[in-house]
Amino acid sequence: MKALLVTPAALTQPKPEELTLSGAWTARGLGAIGTQLAALSISGRSTSMVLDSARIEALDTAGAWVLQKLLRRLRGEGGCVQVRDLRPEFARLLELVGHEVSNQAASPSPMVPSSSSRLDQLGHKAAAAVSQALALLGFIGEVAAAFAGCLRHPTRFRWLPILYNLRRAGLDALPIVGLLSFLLGVVIAYQGAGQLRQYGANIFVVDLVGLSVLREFAPLITAIIIAGRSGSAYAAQIGTMSVTEEIEALRTLGIGPLDLLVLPKILALCVALPLLTVFADVSGVFGGMIMARAQLGVGFGEFLDRFVKAVSLADYLVGIGKTPVFAIIIVVVGCFQGFRTHGGADGVGRQTTRSVVQSTFLVIVADALFSVAFSALDL
Amino acid sequence: MQDERQARETVVELSKVCTRFGNHVVHSNIDLQVRRSEIFALIGGSGSGKSTLLREMILLQRPDSGAIRVLGVDLADLGDADALGLRLRWGVMFQHGGLFGSLTVAENVGLPLREHTALPDPLIDEIAAWKLAMTGLKPEVGAQYPSELSGGMMKRASLARALALDPELLFLDEPTAGLDPESAGEVDQLVRRLRDLFGLTIVMITHDLDLLWQLADRVAVLADGKVQGIGSMAELSRTENPAIRVFFEGPRGRAAQQQAEDLAETTTSRENGRPPSKPK
Repeated sequence: MKALLVTPAALTQPKPEELTLSGAWTARGLGAIGTQLAALSISGRSTSMVLDSARIEALDTAGAWVLQKLLRRLRGEGGCVQVRDLRPEFARLLELVGHEVSNQAASPSPMVPSSSSRLDQLGHKAAAAVSQALALLGFIGEVAAAFAGCLRHPTRFRWLPILYNLRRAGLDALPIVGLLSFLLGVVIAYQGAGQLRQYGANIFVVDLVGLSVLREFAPLITAIIIAGRSGSAYAAQIGTMSVTEEIEALRTLGIGPLDLLVLPKILALCVALPLLTVFADVSGVFGGMIMARAQLGVGFGEFLDRFVKAVSLADYLVGIGKTPVFAIIIVVVGCFQGFRTHGGADGVGRQTTRSVVQSTFLVIVADALFSVAFSALDL
Repeated sequence: MQDERQARETVVELSKVCTRFGNHVVHSNIDLQVRRSEIFALIGGSGSGKSTLLREMILLQRPDSGAIRVLGVDLADLGDADALGLRLRWGVMFQHGGLFGSLTVAENVGLPLREHTALPDPLIDEIAAWKLAMTGLKPEVGAQYPSELSGGMMKRASLARALALDPELLFLDEPTAGLDPESAGEVDQLVRRLRDLFGLTIVMITHDLDLLWQLADRVAVLADGKVQGIGSMAELSRTENPAIRVFFEGPRGRAAQQQAEDLAETTTSRENGRPPSKPK
């Protein structure tokens, strides 16, 4: 700890017209000097003042700054101040700082805008939200235009990135999607078991698990997992590329960033998400089957017999049919937030978080709208 | 007497430093001394290990063998407290600034003061503003974020942060790379002023020939894992070693040398009060 020990700077006033300075007047030694300076009583009428600085052990720019401000304050009171016994190298530094202190006093730093009122902040937030929503709409339009362009010239489709994204977002996500939907099926059957047993309606666990998993839970849990897993990756990838000017580089090379970065992801996820949902359907129902046998004594054969009657093809298709919409939401929001990244590493993190929150939110909102629409259509 | 002793004092001392990355030998037995208050430059081609050497001097990396002493402290087996004490005595300016993106420029400069001293906040702000002014930045830059700055401003802000705690030793990694000639010239002036005012010792990595000719007191040329030569640019320019010659050959090397010689001639003649004499 030897290197960290310094004698703190001190200030004493043995006589009204004399100040004694001692210790290390350095950034690290100055800690408590502020209170001593504030407590200093200076009689306004004293015409001459002596600063005895023989015992100053060290002086750095911070110390010189404080000392120079003290001198200005004393001189400002109309007195004449004499600095005594200051070491020559310290005197040189003090003189140098003197110019700077007077410069800064002459040109005060620009005013920082004062913190605005609540109402003002609310207005700014609302305006930011509206402009972001408009920008999102604009982005959707751009993506649609790029897609139309690719449809007209199918050679513009980039198959390699599509296949790559299919593997990253689809195949690699199978274990986590399978495990979570299996557990979800287990939980639904387990929660339902207690209620159904009371009425002796054990077999209806099939309706409960089949309908809720196929229609709602499997598509939703899959979309949420993918929003967290792949949506964040899209935002981080594109965000980092914007920060390092790679997006601009693509543009100047005549390669459309949307063609290369967004369309393959949309196409890949529009294929991967429905397939993942089918997998989630299977493992969710399987989880429910295991729980039905363990808790309610409904065997596998019995379960499957009832399953065919309880669940129609429409229920299955309703669940699967929603997922391409979820896929588009996840990719568009992730890429949109990625393209909006500016600043540095900090900005990438912020946009990634935003993309996950917004895509999860929008997926659930879309799911709610689907429910309303399907019930209106009697599906 | 004391000044003379100080002038000879060694601030950075490397002896028999060896570094390897796998089978690739970066440094083999490097010996270097940097004296107090001198401007010392490390040069060498890409991959010659000068950045690695700098990283070893500032405790970011350890050599495989050999000893490094900085400010009289041996860097091998250094305790945490001693390492902190040492780190507070030097400043480092990174090639790309290394400014924190989530803080404003003024907060970046004030950060070391806020972390390591008990100074009141208003005073820290004043000192930060002054350090920014010292490096030639306008006061309004303090409120901006690093992402809003140009490359030259970023370097200046980074230098201001390195100077926040009044270091005795300053490490500069490519201080003028990527700057326009005017800003680069200003960085020259700034580094020279810092040395003259505060007696700072400066160790820098650079490729800037003008900077080398006009600023560096001594230059070490690194190639093939060894120090090929140490001396002033004028001394190095007279050696025959081909690894050193590359820095003096070619139009850029000659132009910088010519300019430096012209400058030296006019200053000496002005000082001596006689007209410049043509060298034979």
